[in-house]
Amino acid sequence: MTLTLSSEARLVQDTALEFFRDKSPITALRKLRDTQDADGFSRPLWREMAELGWTGFLVPEEWGGSGFGHVGLGLVMEAAGRTLAATPLLSTSLIGASALVLAGSGMQKDTHLPGLVAGDQIFALALEEGPHHAPTRIATAAKKHGGGYRLSGKKTFVLDGHVADTLIVAARTSGGANDRSGITLFLVPASAPGLSRTRTIMVDSRNAAIVTLKDVEVADEAALGPIDGGSDVLEAVLDRARAGLAAEMLGSAAECFERTVQYLKDRKQFGVAIGSFQALKHRAAQMFCELEVTHSAVLACLSGLDEGANDVPALASLAKTKANDTFFLVGNEGVQMHGGIGMTDEHEIGFFTKRARVALATFGNSAFHRDRYAALNGY
Amino acid sequence: MPDLNTFRAETRAWLEQNCPPSMRTAQPDDEAITGGTREKYKNPESKIWLDRMAAKGWTAPTWPKEYGGAALSEPEARVLAEEMQALNCRPPIRGMGFSMLGPTLLEYGTEEQKRTHLPKIVTGEIRWCQGYSEPGSGSDLASLSTRAVLQGEHFLVNGHKIWTSGAHFSDWIFCLVRTDPTAKKHEGISFLLIDMSDPGVRPQPIRLISGYSVFCETFFDNVQVPAKNLVGEMNKGWTIAKRLLEHERKGIGGIGERAKERSEQTPEQLAKKYVGETDGRIAAPALRDAIARFNIDQRAFGLTRQRTAEEAKAGAPPGPASAMFKYYATELNKRRYELMLDSAGTEMLGWEGEGFEPDNLRTTRDWLRAKANTIEGGTSEIQLNIIAKRVLGLPD
Repeated sequence: MTLTLSSEARLVQDTALEFFRDKSPITALRKLRDTQDADGFSRPLWREMAELGWTGFLVPEEWGGSGFGHVGLGLVMEAAGRTLAATPLLSTSLIGASALVLAGSGMQKDTHLPGLVAGDQIFALALEEGPHHAPTRIATAAKKHGGGYRLSGKKTFVLDGHVADTLIVAARTSGGANDRSGITLFLVPASAPGLSRTRTIMVDSRNAAIVTLKDVEVADEAALGPIDGGSDVLEAVLDRARAGLAAEMLGSAAECFERTVQYLKDRKQFGVAIGSFQALKHRAAQMFCELEVTHSAVLACLSGLDEGANDVPALASLAKTKANDTFFLVGNEGVQMHGGIGMTDEHEIGFFTKRARVALATFGNSAFHRDRYAALNGY
Repeated sequence: MPDLNTFRAETRAWLEQNCPPSMRTAQPDDEAITGGTREKYKNPESKIWLDRMAAKGWTAPTWPKEYGGAALSEPEARVLAEEMQALNCRPPIRGMGFSMLGPTLLEYGTEEQKRTHLPKIVTGEIRWCQGYSEPGSGSDLASLSTRAVLQGEHFLVNGHKIWTSGAHFSDWIFCLVRTDPTAKKHEGISFLLIDMSDPGVRPQPIRLISGYSVFCETFFDNVQVPAKNLVGEMNKGWTIAKRLLEHERKGIGGIGERAKERSEQTPEQLAKKYVGETDGRIAAPALRDAIARFNIDQRAFGLTRQRTAEEAKAGAPPGPASAMFKYYATELNKRRYELMLDSAGTEMLGWEGEGFEPDNLRTTRDWLRAKANTIEGGTSEIQLNIIAKRVLGLPD
């Protein structure tokens, strides 16, 4: 894996850092929250991001993208993480694009990718059915019916579910409750009869929904990838999602840490800056170390994806575990080191703590990924 | 790069022709070569291998030719290391002359000092040790009190150093000494090279918790040291001392990787063997989770070393990540040993004798030896202080 950035990638990074700092600071997220914005993200901002090409980083030129790659998209997500920007980058530019590019038929690509790249179409992965990430625990049923399928079931924690135009639904076409085989992915329009959505207000003020399917009819052509063989596609898509999310979390953790270190220098007690106290210094230095190794793990995974490395699953679990643990640590220490002021809603540090909890539950907490990492490494 | 490819081919051919067969096998601890006049070369091929490598200047490949090195570029030196690894060649020699004193002399030594000392390091003729810590000066190294008084052409040295690794097998010692007791503590220190054959120098081994005696106390009793053995300026030794510590920490920072090369035991293998497995998984879930956590951190740290090396190769100035190497590597190494003990249970709690596998007995001792990793060369707490101050800019 290459662990240094090309000059093109550095340019993307600079542009993205400036973009989110100027156009989507944390005050933007606070406003979306306080005004109970119906979309939960800014459509004009999203369109600007599409114009910058970020929505097409994983889409080949044939469908209007640039195929710039995962490192590039990861850098954009890392920059978005610094300001906790609420955008459909993960649900659409990463998950939607990956699923279509990896498993879509020619027709599906032609139908969906140009709109995805243009920023007109939002996608959402309807996967989870319980409170913990479990990509094979699928009870939602897809029963053969005439020239298609009938889908019934309930999906929770569907990121961007209430604003998506198209849902990627993981359903069971055969097999038992937790079988790896027998899962099939379907592209389902959000407007399909029998599909209902309830927006869930999450602790991090970001978008999610409960999606209920009741005898939703789709054609055979709605299947994304092989019938009964959806788990392979899903794993590949999820590993990309984990890598990108880990990049976003790295950005959030780094920002939270830098703000906290600055506070240690500014805040005076007992007549001195509290950052002169060794009890805080050592914890700050340890967080610095964890951020450095997390940075390396995230970059290795993104780079591994671009270079077609053969151990991407292990790298994805590595990156997500480190991002989880580091963001958790830094998010909690952020509030503790800010003291009383960190407990107030007015101060922004608490936004990081809340985001950390949701992000680490997304696509596998650390226990999930340590178990996976051990299994992938033969123990 | 065609040049490198040619160099690689020539290097491989030379190694194949010149590296003796037994030097291409795993190195038992008692065949590690550190050189010097007391080196016994238990395996005679060690000496042949060392002499051939030294003649090429490849024991210190990047040092200039006039001082015995081969003046290889960094990429060439990497190729040499890679080819040696590919053929499983043992390192011909290791020691503080190579990892610490050499780089420091190249930067601060006089022409005469370089010509006198460096070639003898390259050939393994002289073994060096380090005189830094004192009984009253550990983490607060700059408070050291070993005195050196300039009297005409000589310094007269009196004092007491401790944790002088390998002093009882060494020929020379590089020392921090106090030359101005009236100045502020950092400003009265000088860096001195001392010949240990002087009868006033007396090393005395210390028995450690591991049962090993790798460290000594070294006493200096009216030792006469020629004034020309002062490195750098008088009372300006602290700058040189810190630079040498950077070299030392870089060496210790690589500790986990070396251990991995040498030891075939991993926590997961030991856990499978002594705890058992269910469907290919370690049967104790909490232990399995702790091992995965360790391996994830180890991998992420290895990737950080790789990233830093790539950044350096691309010409970037050393990033902040290098500040954490010593701290992180040594903490990981201790965790690795603890997990090996957790995995093997009482099989790895033997001290000596019957009833234990020799590999396990050795690992138990190494577990105790590893406790020193987070103390020597600056404790973990001192490393965290350095990161807080130099990288994060937190106030004193």
